[in-house]
Amino acid sequence: MRKGFGDPVADDLRFVVKSLVGEENFVEMWPNKSNNYCCGGGGGFLQSGFTEERRAYGQIKLDQILATKADYCIAACHNCHAQIHDLSELSGKHFPVVHLWTLICLSLGILGPNEREYLGDDLKEVNMPEQKE
Amino acid sequence: MAEEVIDLGKMTRDFKKEAMKIIPGGGNLDLCLNCGTCAAGCPATGLADLDPRKFLRMILLGLDEEATKSPWVWMCTGCQRCIYACPMQIDIPRLVYNARATWPREERPKGILGSCDMALKNASGSAMGASPDDFIFVVEDVLEEVKDTQPGWDELQAPIDKKGAHFFINQNSREPVTEPDELIPLWKLLHVAGIDWTYGSKGWAGENYCMFLADDKSWEHVTRTSIMQCAELGCKVYLNTE
Repeated sequence: MRKGFGDPVADDLRFVVKSLVGEENFVEMWPNKSNNYCCGGGGGFLQSGFTEERRAYGQIKLDQILATKADYCIAACHNCHAQIHDLSELSGKHFPVVHLWTLICLSLGILGPNEREYLGDDLKEVNMPEQKE
Repeated sequence: MAEEVIDLGKMTRDFKKEAMKIIPGGGNLDLCLNCGTCAAGCPATGLADLDPRKFLRMILLGLDEEATKSPWVWMCTGCQRCIYACPMQIDIPRLVYNARATWPREERPKGILGSCDMALKNASGSAMGASPDDFIFVVEDVLEEVKDTQPGWDELQAPIDKKGAHFFINQNSREPVTEPDELIPLWKLLHVAGIDWTYGSKGWAGENYCMFLADDKSWEHVTRTSIMQCAELGCKVYLNTE
């Protein structure tokens, strides 16, 4: 957001997420929007070979996420998804990290059974569309 | 304690001079107040014994070699939080990018280098080396499977090279190559919303590791291939999903 279209787009995304999960289920992390920290998945870091440093870099993001006590973390970008998923597994907390498209399709009732890889067990069977025999 | 005095008279500050020519507005490099706001809010602070403030100070002093050759330049993600927080809006990430570009290409991190070279192998621009034919095969195969197994999606589309489509959409290689089922939710959303879109057989891959490699020529090649395919098809909007 900081590098692209700025906080107005961050607000648009909050509208989307709140519409999906309900206002009361959205937990803001701190700091946020343009003042937020990078997770450490960008800039080629994931492929740079500096794994230990990449995870040390991600510690701030991990602490931010854990402080929210939220059940799910949404990552709308691939690099962020890969990095935060790694941080989640490594921390032993194993909180699910989901793409935005997964949650949108889930809420619309059109998320197929094979499209639920990143959902936690609590949502694996929720809003499952009909299957062909 | 410093082991020897740095003789500022001997420093040529070539890196800084070159950087100021390239960075829009000169990057405000001479305006550093030394306040440390950048370092305080940078997740890369402390890695490889550097931080944004130290890095900038070294460049300003003329310690070109020590600063630009530090592995730290590969640990800055270019997130630009330092510019956002800096009272003088100093463009440190751009300096980091220029520092990366001073490394001999073959000495840059193997993973990033390999991903860039993969993208140069064919017209896909994919860091995972998937060819246009691979991509077309996977997309058609996944689409067919959705129609066969999920009711109500007979009209679902995943067009490739559809002339005149409104949106040209690119795709991170990770889905077609390693988790093709993750392609489907996006297609469904576009279908439900009635969006007129297409992938390109050329330049379909969204990622660009040549940019991270600071290889300008290759970065431009990958980007140009994709943009030209969009133009060739007459699409109105190039939508980068990365």
